[in-house]
This record gives sequence, C-alpha cells and structure tokens, in this order.
Amino acid sequence: MTELKDRGVVSVSDRRRPLVRTWFGVVQAVLLVVLIVSGLGPLLWAAKASVSPSNDIVSDPMGIWFSPNDWGNLALAWNGAQIGRSLGNTVILAVGSTLSTLIVSVAAAFLLSVLRPKWGPWLSGAILATLFLPGVVSFVPLYLTILDLPLLNISLQDTFWAVWLPAGASAFNVVVLKRFFDSIPREYMEAATIDGAGPMRILTMVVLPLSRPILGVIVLLSIVGSWKEFLWPMLVLSNPDLQPVSVMLPRLATGNSPLAVQMAAVFLSIIIPVVLFAIFQKQFLRGVGTAGGVKG
Amino acid sequence: MTKTLEAAAAAPARRRRKPFNPVRWARGGGLHAVLFAVPVVLVYVYFSWGPVIQGLVLSFQKTNLIQPAEWVGWGNFTYVLSDPGLVQASLNTAYFAVLALVFGFPIPIVLAVLINELRKYDTLYNALAYLPAIVPPVAAILLWKFFYDPDATGMFNTALGWVGLGPFPWLNAENSAMPSIVLYATWAGAGSTAIIYIAALSTVRTELYEAAEIDGAGIWRRVWHITLPQLRNVIFVMMLLQLIGTFQIFTEPFLFTGGGPNNATQTILLKIYNYAFVNGDFGAATALSVLLAAFLGLLSVVYYFVTKRWSTA
Repeated sequence: MTELKDRGVVSVSDRRRPLVRTWFGVVQAVLLVVLIVSGLGPLLWAAKASVSPSNDIVSDPMGIWFSPNDWGNLALAWNGAQIGRSLGNTVILAVGSTLSTLIVSVAAAFLLSVLRPKWGPWLSGAILATLFLPGVVSFVPLYLTILDLPLLNISLQDTFWAVWLPAGASAFNVVVLKRFFDSIPREYMEAATIDGAGPMRILTMVVLPLSRPILGVIVLLSIVGSWKEFLWPMLVLSNPDLQPVSVMLPRLATGNSPLAVQMAAVFLSIIIPVVLFAIFQKQFLRGVGTAGGVKG
Repeated sequence: MTKTLEAAAAAPARRRRKPFNPVRWARGGGLHAVLFAVPVVLVYVYFSWGPVIQGLVLSFQKTNLIQPAEWVGWGNFTYVLSDPGLVQASLNTAYFAVLALVFGFPIPIVLAVLINELRKYDTLYNALAYLPAIVPPVAAILLWKFFYDPDATGMFNTALGWVGLGPFPWLNAENSAMPSIVLYATWAGAGSTAIIYIAALSTVRTELYEAAEIDGAGIWRRVWHITLPQLRNVIFVMMLLQLIGTFQIFTEPFLFTGGGPNNATQTILLKIYNYAFVNGDFGAATALSVLLAAFLGLLSVVYYFVTKRWSTA
C-alpha cells in the first residue's frame, strides 16, 4: 500500500492513454462517491440525527441536515437513558477482555515459540484445533460453564469475569503472536540467557519490546472486537447496571424513548471506535491485512 | 578439538540414559514452561476445550438446570430433526448464505482490485471502505432498521423515490426481509474483506502483467487471466470462511426481525437460541449445535477436496 508499488494491472504507459485516463478518472470518482455515501454517510447521518428533533427524523430523514441542532438529546441519552454508564461498562469489558487475551496468548505463544517444552506440540495442536471448530458447538455449554464452573462450583453470571475469561481463549491471537515470536532471532535470547536472564526476563526485556507492533495490532483489534460483542454479554450479564452499550441499545429501541434519544445513544456508541480507528488507521489496516495472511 | 567432538557425540547418548531428576528438570527450564502453561491450559480447559466436550455430552442428555441430567440417547437429535420449523430455518439459512455468496462475495474483490490500482489517496479509500467494520453491529443495525422504514418517508424509500422507485416494504415483507438483511451484511463486511484482498494483491508478481502486456492482453484480460487466478487461494479461503460465518448468522435476524415476518428470517442459530434461552431445553439446543457443526465440518472437508484441484500448489 505504499510508494514501493510500481504498477498494478494498469501499466504506466496505459495510464498515459487518454481513453484509459478518462475511464480511470470516472471510476475513481464514482468509487469515492460510493464509499463516502456508504462508509461515511450512515455515520454522518447518525451524528446529525443525534442532535435533531424526533419529529424531523421521522417525517423527513433526508432533510435533517438543515434542521436546527438540539443538543439536549445527547444529554438525555447520556443521563436519562444511562448510556454513560453502559459506555463505561463497555470500556471495562473491552479493556479486561484485551488484557485477558494478551496475557493468555502471550504466555502460550512464548511457551510454544521460545521455551519449546517436549509437550509443546500437543498443546499447540490442541489450541490450533479450536480454530477449526465453529463457535456454535461450544456456545450453549460455555453459558452453562459460566453459570457453574466445574470443580470450583462458582457462578460467574453477572460478573465481568464471565466476558473477560472466555475472551482469553483466542487461538487466532496465539497463532499470530507465535508467528511473530518465531521471527525474532534466537541469538537475542541466547545472549540474554548467557547474561543470566531467566525466561521471565527474556519475555519482558527481549521478546515483548521487539513485538510492540504486533501487540499494538492485537490490542486494537481486540478492543474493537469486544466493543462489537452483543450476544455473549447479553446472555451472561442480565443486570442492567453491568450491561455494555451494545446490550443496552436494543432495549432502548424497544422501549418508549424518543427516536432522537435513541439516535443520540447510537451515535455515542459509534463515536469511540471510530475515533480510535481514525487515530490508528494504519495499524488497523495493516493488522487486518496480516490477519488475512494468517487465514490464507 | 577431538576431545570436544567426542564429548559432544557422547552427550546425547548419556543424557538419554539418565533417570528423570526433578531438580535438574526444574533448573533446565521445565518448571518455567509449566508455569507459563498453567494460565493457558486453565483458560482453554474451562472456556474452550471443556465446553466443546460438554456440548457433545449434553446433546445426549436432558437438562433444565434444576433436575439432575438424564441420558436420553439420540432423543434430542430425533426431537430436533422432527421439529417442523427446522426445514424452514435451514432453507432460510441456506438462502442467506447463497444470497450473500452471489451478491456479497464479489463486491470486496472488485473493491480491492479498483483500490489497488490507485496511485494517490489509496489510504483514504481504504479507510472509507473499512469504516463500516468499525461500527458496532448493534448500533449499525438500529440505524439500518430505521433506514429500512417501509413508509414512503423512510430513508431508503425517499432516496429511491427520487429515481421513481418504491416504496419497498424491506424488512416487513416475507420475500424482501432476507435480501434486506443480506444487503446490510454486505455493507458491514465488504470493507474488511477488501482489505484482506488488497494485502493479497500486493503479492501478485508484476512481471506477469508485463508478460501479458507484451502478448497484447488488454486491461480486462489481465484482470481476468492474471489477477484473479493469482488471488485464487485467498478467494477460496475467504469463500469458505464466509460460508461458515453465514451459516452461523444470528445477530442480524435477531435484531432486525426476530425471525419474522412469518418465520421468513428464522435461522438455525436463532432456533438454537430459542431452544436454549426461551424454552430452557439445553439438550435440544446442543443437539442442533452439534448437527450444524458436523455439517460445517463436512462442508469444509468437501470444499477442501473440491478446491484443491483448482488451487495453486
């Protein structure tokens, strides 16, 4: 995606031909319009609807661009509909899930890539196998596990742990991290060992600092992924005080709150991931690209 | 020199004979490996491997969480398979999968090929295409539900009215409900898939284009005979992933229509959800899950062998 890319299907000499140039310009412009309308359009509309009166939104949804701003909606959604608190819960869930995924996946990848115990291949096989199992098999029993943890006999229902802990079992992140760790020259670790560093020090002083880019990608994708979760938090968090915004929104929509407040709530739940994306755009796009490489 | 060589040659033989010594094992890093493995194994046992096995067990049991579980043999499977709603749900799910494949699948490829040709502002195009993937599905579905308002004043109906089309009932009619959901799903998924294709496009060897050009191939023929064949493996993988994903569709029908109108958007996963969390019949729910998983497994194996013949080495 950079300046290194010298040519694609269309060659430099093709680009000089007037016919190709015209078509190229047309396609480029049409594509831009389509992408702006479909990608940015709904977001901009939601932004404007969040500060527009309900009546205008219903009677003329295309015309709200010109209706006066009504900033009260946002405050109503934040306080009255308690979007503020559910957003807080979403943040707590996203941060916790990300930490859990990081800790477990880094430990697994470090174990399999650097420590390489004799039984490593078994563990690696068992973790990889979960990638090929459709999530649907374990979805109901996972819920029952949360209700009553086997052997420990405690229920995680209505605690954040019910979302945090299952998020840790992300085979995909283990694969991505292990690949990255494998690419770190072994000499660095051998040198550290000679200097007397134990495995923990090798992990924190050598491996993790060198893996910063991939860790950043995993953190970003995990935060956004957790932000998008709906079914699982809805099942395990029945207490409205603990529910994230994704679970709160549909209830708000079926309730009798005014449309403007709903739209304000929708906007508030969209804006944080979008801002995050705007800041870390490059990392996101690179991360999704490499993720595809792992899948492929 | 010879001495060290001998020692090195003798070392493995001697090590093999040595009896297991816990202290030596711990000093050699064995203990650390176990310490690192503990959180990993615990999390996977409890939240990944355990539930899979428990799911298989549960599908042969009757449980309602109050009375102790009871073995019922194939009872859950026969119950689920004789459910009159299953055929409709399977057909709906397959319909969704086919629609998404026919209409949704080519879009990211076209998008990726076009964006890949841009020499300026391509990051802007990338970012715009990826935006829908960032929006939380629940928020996006609420927005789209509003856009799909069947009244003439609805968002989409207003826009289509400008060119003299509509008004369409969208989610409210049996024949248009599922296509409307597919339209949304395509919007939500196309961008992130396109990014994966763009990453794959950067690995296409440009010499091939040059060679084709010398042979007189035009732009279209280059796309058809070089770009697409070079992407073949990625396309096959993405197609399988999309199929597996679409067969497990839940959030969209659940929030858009709840399975209606008149069960037109009832999917298999909605049925599983209803068995488990509406009827409290966890046995039937897991039995249907196991059936679906077995079907997806079979699909993947068949798909693998069918596409293997066409894919590059």
